[in-house]
Amino acid sequence: MAYSDKVRGTYNGTLQALKDKGIFKQERFIHSSQAADIEVEFPTGASLKKVINMCANNYLGLSSHPDVVKAAHEGLDARGYGMSSVRFICGTQDIHRELENKVTEFLGTEDTILFPSCMDANAGVFEAILTDEDVMISDRLVHASIIDGMRLCGALHDTFKHSNMKHLETKLQLHADKRLKVVITDGVFSMDGDTAKLDEMVALCEKYDAMLFVDESHSSGFIGKTGRGTHEKCGVFGKIDIITTTFGKALGGASGGCVSGRKEIVEMCRQKARPYLFSNTIAPVVVAGVNRVLDILSKSTERRDKLEKNTEFWRQGLLDAGFVLQPGDTPIVPVMLFNAKLSQDFSRDLYDEGIYAIGFFFPVVPNGAARIRTQISAGHEIHHLEKALAAFKKVGEKYGILGKTKQEIIEMYGL
Amino acid sequence: MEDMKDIVLEYVIEEYLEDEDEVLTYDSPLISGGIVDSFSMVSLKRFLENKYNITLPDDKATPEAFDTVNNIVALVNEFLK
Amino acid sequence: MSYNNEIKNFYSSQLEEIKKSGLYKEEKSINSTQGAEIEVEYPIGTKSSKIINICSNNYLGLSSHPDVIQASKDGLDQRGYGMSSVRFICGTQDIHKELENKVSEFLGMDDTILYSSAFDANVGVFEALLDEDCAIISDALNHASIIDGVRLCKARRYRYANNNMDDLQDKLEEAKDAKIKLIVSDGVFSMDGVVAQVDKICELADMYQALVMIDDSHATGFMGKLGRGTHEEHRMIGKVDLITTTFGKALGGASGGCIAGRQELVDMLRQRSRPYIFSNSMSPAVVVGVLKVFEILSKSSERRDKLHKNTRFWKNGLEEAGFILTKSNSPIVPIMLFNAQLAQDFSRDLYAEGVYAIGFYYPVVPKGKARIRTQISAGLSTEQLERALEAFIKVGNRYGILGKTKKEIIEMYPLSI
Repeated sequence: MAYSDKVRGTYNGTLQALKDKGIFKQERFIHSSQAADIEVEFPTGASLKKVINMCANNYLGLSSHPDVVKAAHEGLDARGYGMSSVRFICGTQDIHRELENKVTEFLGTEDTILFPSCMDANAGVFEAILTDEDVMISDRLVHASIIDGMRLCGALHDTFKHSNMKHLETKLQLHADKRLKVVITDGVFSMDGDTAKLDEMVALCEKYDAMLFVDESHSSGFIGKTGRGTHEKCGVFGKIDIITTTFGKALGGASGGCVSGRKEIVEMCRQKARPYLFSNTIAPVVVAGVNRVLDILSKSTERRDKLEKNTEFWRQGLLDAGFVLQPGDTPIVPVMLFNAKLSQDFSRDLYDEGIYAIGFFFPVVPNGAARIRTQISAGHEIHHLEKALAAFKKVGEKYGILGKTKQEIIEMYGL
Repeated sequence: MEDMKDIVLEYVIEEYLEDEDEVLTYDSPLISGGIVDSFSMVSLKRFLENKYNITLPDDKATPEAFDTVNNIVALVNEFLK
Repeated sequence: MSYNNEIKNFYSSQLEEIKKSGLYKEEKSINSTQGAEIEVEYPIGTKSSKIINICSNNYLGLSSHPDVIQASKDGLDQRGYGMSSVRFICGTQDIHKELENKVSEFLGMDDTILYSSAFDANVGVFEALLDEDCAIISDALNHASIIDGVRLCKARRYRYANNNMDDLQDKLEEAKDAKIKLIVSDGVFSMDGVVAQVDKICELADMYQALVMIDDSHATGFMGKLGRGTHEEHRMIGKVDLITTTFGKALGGASGGCIAGRQELVDMLRQRSRPYIFSNSMSPAVVVGVLKVFEILSKSSERRDKLHKNTRFWKNGLEEAGFILTKSNSPIVPIMLFNAQLAQDFSRDLYAEGVYAIGFYYPVVPKGKARIRTQISAGLSTEQLERALEAFIKVGNRYGILGKTKKEIIEMYPLSI
């Protein structure tokens, strides 16, 4: 060890710079289960405050649902706490295979392989199925984990402008000589809440002999009439070659993810994907919970229907109040404020009003596109949403932005 | 020479600019200015190789060499001979 | 989608090749909790049979310990099932901080940051701390996750021969002018069971002004007097700058990992480390289980002592029977068979005798160094170890390798080139 003052100073300097720029991330400690109402300690050391959570990925309100908790209890009794092994040594249980089969059926694919997280699924899948003779063509706004996966893969990587099908087509033409071609997109983009044009992408992939990869982390369980995802909504169910999704958001929210798709591709991942081979799979207690979540969702669309209704109510309420929203129809509803500092002040004032919603600004979103990102849940009741709406209006009035256009807000607060 | 500059500039504008109003010059920093990310550089390199029928070795295709249209044109000329 | 026959055939033939080369991994399904004896369904679709498990990382026998299971249930009741969020949005609970503090205290470090796995911890650490002016000096046998982390980092890379301090010194010399130098090594090398020379690594680090990172995934909880790990074993507590470890092996075995280290380094990881920023943390039920594991470990050294007793018994038994072992000084006890086919046959025959242990061969270990890797657990009783030993001896006799030297075994089972 040689952790000298110089080394310490180097890192302290970087950390200070992040603080000076106002982009130092601070965590808030939650002293309760994840739900519409949570108890938060913030700043650290302050007494607990009960707030309404408007920024979790708990879309279906299942993160602390009693049936899911009960299933997890049962899972602990039947299959224990840990496996202490990777899958192919002695870390596979019957319930892991059960979950893989349930996901396959739910997503309408051929087979499924579990990963410790969807981050790991995305990080491992490309290297397992592509080499330097192939090409990956990705939307420019795909999730960071996909970017890491592509960085670890030797195939050529190119991008197309966000959701721009004309541009995608020129890229498919440009790389026509490559052996295997994969078009890569998120199903729902997490920062704007917009949906990929999967119907058009399927058509283009068919025309140019490319495979289609979709990350459904922000859609599985609630997008589409029966909640199967973006492919259901776009009328291309059964036509996606590779789907990745997470159990860490709508589907219980604990942890874990998967690659679901063509049989051979799933098998290639089982043989070659490094995060699968070299890491424990999802713990039995979590697996038991997700198995129950999928049972609940297969039986009834009640929760996704409620989520849809809540989302309409929330979106309409904000529009009526005069906020500028990012257009869309998913439960991700970004309230645009444009100025980074304004988004932070707004978030802080909301917290004072008992509403927990976070400001996002550069580099997470483009410069000048700062926002409060709200995420609606089936766990919200109308009274939660009404209270949150009142708080948004109060704070919006304070900053004088209600009824103002993008142009006017930028004039008031600069960029 | 001017011709190549304009072809490259036009390609960069068409390929990378999301905002139509943004102005790019031959000296605008592309990579250090956040217009072209290191991934997207790949398509620029491939475009140049196809267009001018050359091969740019990876160790020459550095972020510095791709940072402005002027730099890119200089690099391409080096390999045109 | 255009998953046409051409693409399908391409992948089918790749899979066929993997099968032909004998590297196809088949999973056995365990229809019970993890433990010394498990119910295994293999091949899948057949009736389960009860066998002794001697190849899990369940070193301390805590993977299905009733207290840990009860704690996990309490965690579910008090903090729910999932967080549905990353740490810095709304995915941090008081128990996450509590676990971080507990680990820091246990390992003797400034601070700790949790990850969803130790794999993710290693994948995310280097890029967050080092840039192209820095250098990573890495042991050749480090775990795959370290290799992936290094691949994602722009720092200069140096690789030194496994556990070879002269070579490490040469590489430090080569990397001399780098802004920050980081030596990284596994604490226990998982394929051989050999403990890294952490004391000598630290000495060289001092000499060359380098930082030291140790991956103690196969050590935390049972190596060293108090089970703190290889830095304790080598009296280097406070001298190692970063320690990665996992909760997926000895410490309950569910999932999750962490990096413990210097305050500023952990602070940097919280701001910059991509798997931390972009993925949920460990789920509440798992976190509370690990908290209970630490409570059990700090109350008594009983499990650690039993593990070491079991390991001695096992090694002695195998050696007396005439098996060739590696120079392991940990509960990882590899039995050398050299020939890949022999390792597979041996494992299959053990299974038929009711003992579950896996053969490892190229590319997981070097060519000509195929082996059965056994891993001892505090959960194994002497009676179970005796039964396992009997099976090993029976199968060893069948192949005529007991008491034979390496050369003799290779003569009997020649290595394919």
